[in-house]
Amino acid sequence: MIKVLTTLINGLSLGGVYALIALGYTMVYGIAKMLNFAHGDIIMVGSYTILIFFNMIGIPLVGLIASTLISVLVCVVFGIVIERTAYRPLRGASPLAVLITAIGVSYLLQSIAQIVFGTAPRTVILNFMGTITIGALKINVATIVTLAVAIAVMAALTLFVNKTRTGRAMLAVSEDRGAAQLAGVSVNTIIAVTFAIGSALAAIAGAFTVMKTYTVEPTMGAMPGIKAFTAAVIGGIGSIPGAMAGGILLGVIETACDAVPVLSPYKIAIEFALLIIVLLIKPTGILGKKKREKV
Amino acid sequence: MALLEIENLEVYYGLIRAVKGVSFHVEKGEIVALIGANGAGKTTILHAINGLIPVHGGKIEYSGYNLIKTPAHKIVRLGLTQVPEGRRVFQELTVKDNLVLGAYSRKDKKEIKASLDYVYELFPRLLERSSQIAGTLSGGEQQMLAVARALMSQPDMLLLDEPSMGLSPLYVNVIFDTILKINKQGTTILLVEQNAKKALSIAQRAYVLETGNIVREGTGKELLNDESIKKAYLGE
Repeated sequence: MIKVLTTLINGLSLGGVYALIALGYTMVYGIAKMLNFAHGDIIMVGSYTILIFFNMIGIPLVGLIASTLISVLVCVVFGIVIERTAYRPLRGASPLAVLITAIGVSYLLQSIAQIVFGTAPRTVILNFMGTITIGALKINVATIVTLAVAIAVMAALTLFVNKTRTGRAMLAVSEDRGAAQLAGVSVNTIIAVTFAIGSALAAIAGAFTVMKTYTVEPTMGAMPGIKAFTAAVIGGIGSIPGAMAGGILLGVIETACDAVPVLSPYKIAIEFALLIIVLLIKPTGILGKKKREKV
Repeated sequence: MALLEIENLEVYYGLIRAVKGVSFHVEKGEIVALIGANGAGKTTILHAINGLIPVHGGKIEYSGYNLIKTPAHKIVRLGLTQVPEGRRVFQELTVKDNLVLGAYSRKDKKEIKASLDYVYELFPRLLERSSQIAGTLSGGEQQMLAVARALMSQPDMLLLDEPSMGLSPLYVNVIFDTILKINKQGTTILLVEQNAKKALSIAQRAYVLETGNIVREGTGKELLNDESIKKAYLGE
């Protein structure tokens, strides 16, 4: 029983991280109509930023919070600059050209990191948080913090999208770009805002990743990136609640597989098998909507 | 000088010349109709005016501004708003959110609230349904919403693209009465319609478009009584 509960909490926490990343994929897809395969590498950019500033500041808790905030800022700048220089010139180009460009940007970021920081993994000792014990339940504080912050960030994002002027404009552009322009919405501005938000979420996800693994390396964004993309597709790409649901589902399944020794080696295969099953049963994903046919 | 002045407008879709040097103008306070069959280029011209598609030649001037060089979202700020063909309300947002988005180009909250009251008064049905998701409205209600959303930008000139399309005669009358009403309050109207009879009956002037060219122009009355127009567009 305790093991189930521990696994569930760990799974929700990991799922929260996937959800944060998946939100970046899904929002960019919904609003800019492109798959930003460089999104995972923003996690890496954020993690190196944390490595640099955490070590520079040297005080554990203050260092973590401050370096995470700096990382959010750095990632937002990266996101906006990448969109402006690599993707905006291709607006209206074929989706394949944009996709290839995104893959190119992904390799560019990884290569820059390899040149600047070397290919060897670097360590950040973020183990100062320890564990808490509730009865027989023993959980890492980092896990609880991750879960709590992920929930808070997702709640804030949901409020932002549904209740603010900019958020509504994002929904409008996602649904009908032309009609949004006719209402006076600048599509370029909204796309830039979307990249900024997605990158900020990736930076936070990067902090949680480092809190869990203590390791930073140039290719570290690839796997969480592809898993979060899977989560976004499972949830229904383009759907914000879908990305949250898909991310959490994937995190729980991964952690559950890890807890069962027989399944553990196959966890990644199981996750992608889940993707295939969901796509077979519901090609639009769990919460995805069918594109309305124009009559 | 005319409020909207279009000269030798040329638009291509790839190699196809969809609009072949069209010129027309709309004076302040007028209702002008643009009629023509499917594929004549009516919607293309409206999209070109609002900056949704690139223009390959000619001039579009609105109250002294060169619209060809103005990005789409800024054209709304100049007071020129379009009700697009097929309504295109934001299906997943509430009626109220659709209306508030219509006022996206405006900042003053008090004035936006006043506009909201104004459109609710114009279309009481929208007030009843203000918290309903727009996609669940009937076609007629969605058309009212599309017109109301455009009015939320406080336009000096309104372009309407096939507002009667797919509507029951009852709703067609509601929409055309509204067009007359907002025109009386000072909004200039450019109306694109396949329902030529209805359009010509409210328009002061009208242009007939055929495969990318303007082939006739005249007052609404003249064209309504013209034999060839009757035959081709009025089904008489």
